[in-house]
Amino acid sequence: MDAHVAQLQMQYRNYILSLYQQGFLDDQFTELKSLQDDGSPDFVAEVLSLFFDDCVKLVGNMARALDQTGTVDFCQVGANVHQLKGSSSSVGAKRVKGLCINFKELCEAKNYEGCVRCLQQVDIEYKTLKAKLQDMFNLEKQIVQAGGIVPQVDIN
Amino acid sequence: METDQQMEEMDVEVLSSMWPEDVGGTEPDNQFNVEKPAGDSDTLKEVDIAEKRTMADLKRLPDLLNTTDQGSSQLTNLVKQWEYMQDHAVRLLREELKILTKQREEAEAKELKIIEEHNFETEEPENVPVLDESSDLFRRFKEKKRDKLVGRKRIEIDEEFDTVAYWKQKALSLEKMLEASTERERRLIEKLNESLKTMESHSAPVEELTQNLKRAEGFLHFILQNAPIVMGHQDKDLRYLFIYNKFPTLREHVRDKDILGKTDVEIFHGGGVKESEDFKREVLEKGKASKREITFETDLFGSKTFLIYVEPVYNKAREKIGINYMGMEVTDQVRKREKMAKLREDNAVRKAMESELTKTIHITEETMRAKQMLATMSHEIRSPLSGVVGMAEILSTTKLDKEQRQLLNVMISSGDLVLQLINDILDLSKVESGVMKLEATKFRPREVVKHVLQTAAASLKKELTLEGNIADEVPILVIGDVLRIRQILTNLISNAIKFTHQGKVGIKLKVIPEPSFASGLELNTDAEEQNGLTETETSVWIRCDVYDTGIGIPENALPCLFKKYMQASADHARKYGGTGLGLAICKQLVELMGGQLTVTSQVNLGSTFTFILPYKVAASNDHSDDQDEFSDMVDHQPEPDDSTEGYFQFKPLLGSIYSNGGPVIGNNFLPHKAMLPSPVKLMNGFVADPSDNTGQSEAVQVENGGYKDEPRLETHRPETAHQYENGNGRCPSKESESCSSSQASSEMESEFTVSSPREDVQTEAEVKETSKQPKILLVEDNKINIMVAKSMMKQLGYTFDIANNGVEAITAINSSSYDLVLMDVCMPVLDGLKATRLIRSYEESGNWDAAVEAGVDIKVLENKQMSVRSTNRLPIIAMTANTLSESSEECYANGMDSFISKPVTLQKLKECLKQYLH
Repeated sequence: MDAHVAQLQMQYRNYILSLYQQGFLDDQFTELKSLQDDGSPDFVAEVLSLFFDDCVKLVGNMARALDQTGTVDFCQVGANVHQLKGSSSSVGAKRVKGLCINFKELCEAKNYEGCVRCLQQVDIEYKTLKAKLQDMFNLEKQIVQAGGIVPQVDIN
Repeated sequence: METDQQMEEMDVEVLSSMWPEDVGGTEPDNQFNVEKPAGDSDTLKEVDIAEKRTMADLKRLPDLLNTTDQGSSQLTNLVKQWEYMQDHAVRLLREELKILTKQREEAEAKELKIIEEHNFETEEPENVPVLDESSDLFRRFKEKKRDKLVGRKRIEIDEEFDTVAYWKQKALSLEKMLEASTERERRLIEKLNESLKTMESHSAPVEELTQNLKRAEGFLHFILQNAPIVMGHQDKDLRYLFIYNKFPTLREHVRDKDILGKTDVEIFHGGGVKESEDFKREVLEKGKASKREITFETDLFGSKTFLIYVEPVYNKAREKIGINYMGMEVTDQVRKREKMAKLREDNAVRKAMESELTKTIHITEETMRAKQMLATMSHEIRSPLSGVVGMAEILSTTKLDKEQRQLLNVMISSGDLVLQLINDILDLSKVESGVMKLEATKFRPREVVKHVLQTAAASLKKELTLEGNIADEVPILVIGDVLRIRQILTNLISNAIKFTHQGKVGIKLKVIPEPSFASGLELNTDAEEQNGLTETETSVWIRCDVYDTGIGIPENALPCLFKKYMQASADHARKYGGTGLGLAICKQLVELMGGQLTVTSQVNLGSTFTFILPYKVAASNDHSDDQDEFSDMVDHQPEPDDSTEGYFQFKPLLGSIYSNGGPVIGNNFLPHKAMLPSPVKLMNGFVADPSDNTGQSEAVQVENGGYKDEPRLETHRPETAHQYENGNGRCPSKESESCSSSQASSEMESEFTVSSPREDVQTEAEVKETSKQPKILLVEDNKINIMVAKSMMKQLGYTFDIANNGVEAITAINSSSYDLVLMDVCMPVLDGLKATRLIRSYEESGNWDAAVEAGVDIKVLENKQMSVRSTNRLPIIAMTANTLSESSEECYANGMDSFISKPVTLQKLKECLKQYLH
């Protein structure tokens, strides 16, 4: 069974590394992980589920704001983008954060097409990230079930 | 003229009929036409086709043609052509003659036959054999033959042969025949004559030729007349034999001078004449035709450029007999060409300059970028480096063995050195790029001097006496950029200490009259007294000497002393270390403030650095005016002598550095305003002391640790002390006190802290004993951020309250006391910057009027208004998303004390909390 665990751990490690390498995550995620301890064993999962709920809400808000015919309230969109930027920055969702930075500029420039395009990208990106992290959690679960411990991944 | 005669002689050789006989007889006066062009007008305008003025010259032409090689060959050609045509005509005539002669011969032959026939006929009777039948036959034959020959002219004799009638008839007919023959002969002769006549008329082609020749001549005349050229022929001695000149007006000017027979030099004077003469001579010598442009500068026709073509002329014996020359005026063209050349040259020069300029700009830009880069990099390096040093200093507080401690000390001192270097570079690039702005704040020179000396004494590791001596006339309160002045003083003092091993180091301050290098500022040393309560400010020049009894500086090293990265010698650099930037910065700062930094030194005796600076004198007697000036808090201190005392001394190893000055401003320094790096510095100041085994530092440590709050109670103004007593066990009193006092010094020293970490020692020490759980308010609208922060706080062992926006934050602050606020900058409803401003306004005014004005709910606030402190400054830390739009400057400007850049990490939070909570 140890071999299985070791394999899972290796798989997990590689998976996490790939997430960093592909730019899905950054150091802040590591920070987040380090905050998880015995006192709050599901801290990362909790924060992330909160984050993705937030994403759904904010993307929905923005989509509605941008869907309006006539004048688009870029301020409102901007506020939502700012929220998303803060959240993604806090959890270390690097790609989403990067998109948000662009998005915010587009918002300030009142570039409608750019905003819509960016919103679509954000939508895709956070969903992708969600799927990836879901996989990660599944792997963690498997490791725990197999009797192993989730390894600390040193991304450096 | 000799040549004329020669020409005439030559004429003989050629067909003289083709050329006028009076070749040599024309007056030279008329032939010679040198014209002065009318002004600068277009040369073409002078072309006058109708005028026949130059006809006379052409008469000369034949002469020339006759005498020269070319001319004669041309003539020979013509002659040959003519001869050919003549030959042709002669041949034709001869052929005609031949025909005629033939005809005549035929005619004569005929006649002869006729005569013969006649003879035969006459003799016939005698010769005919009478009795021979055959004679008949023969006769018949003969007759037949005769018939054939003579044709119808055969004489028909009707009469019977050998009768009288017969003979008569025969004679008659013969006579007729003779007549006819004679007639024919006559006609032939006539014809011959006629032929001869027509032959004569065959001389017509010659005349045609002559006509052609005349036409060609006419054409040449026409061309010559209109051509804007000067043509001439000169002999071997370059004397004019012939000249054709397009410019007839010149004739008037040289009428009296006969150009023919003279040389250029004899005719003209001025620039170019000699050159043309030489050129002609050269051509003559080389025997090769060539062209040249020559600019004449003569009285005759002003400044003109001629394109001159000169060719040598040979006679028939291939001997050089002179030159032909042709000149065309090209002044305008040359001028245009020169203009073009000049334009082109200008263009090239401009282009070169442009490219040079672009290069310079490029270089400048590069330099600027490099400087900017340096500044940015320095800044970037400073943050992590302060982390490294800070951590190292924390490490030094833990249990370490001797070797570890030693290593750590090296590490810390190296780190400090790098930090110092980076700070220096930053300062320098700031000054150089003009970014550095001077601030005018009121300060007390005496205190500044004392403080600087104290600070120096605190870190002194040598047995040196530090002294400060301030002349009585130096105003108590002046206005200037105290930060920079302190920086200069500290730099100079630390420099002095570095190079002094025994004796003393000191600062001397005195008022001096306005120095010669500055003017326009009025001096009034008595301003303070005179102005009294009024606000009027006057200037005063204060000279500050920083002297030491150190190793001194050799004279040859003085010039480069203030240069960047330079030290008196490489040896010194090795021995004493340092960046070599300190003095450069000092000099730049002093100059930036309008002063002057000089140095005098004697090797082994010591050096004195002197800087002279102008200050404004502030009226200091009005206490009410100064009340909110935190720097004036000293006024309220129980020791009145502190502000006027003119002499301080810090002796080595005297137990306490406070022996003379009493409480020190520096004690009050708190780094609320300092940027992130400084807290680390503070921490290191706080914890570094145990590792710093010098007597002074020990003293500091002991004193602060031992006396706890007592010294501070004495030092601070009564209100603060009172407040403190009311603090009923909760920490805010402590906090508030540090805050209130810190503001004073931080205003002066926020920049300074970085370069002199030792100042913070006491502050850190005195805050150390805090044991209470601090109360923290997190103002943040993002749930996730809150969650993360919460988790971090938990790890650090803190709890906090949460406000979701600025209004909530104000409400919370109003209802409860906090030790620290972590404030998001960008929030809905009321952002962090505005909220902070309102909180600061509340702290100053004691009421929330500003907040109410800004639209924050009054009711909630009013109720508790009285129960809240109004004078203590609450540390507010900004949490900024990025440093670009939510810049640190903006945070500071709005009253925030520091900032943490997002995303917040455990490390950042820890550092921040450590700095502000104890």
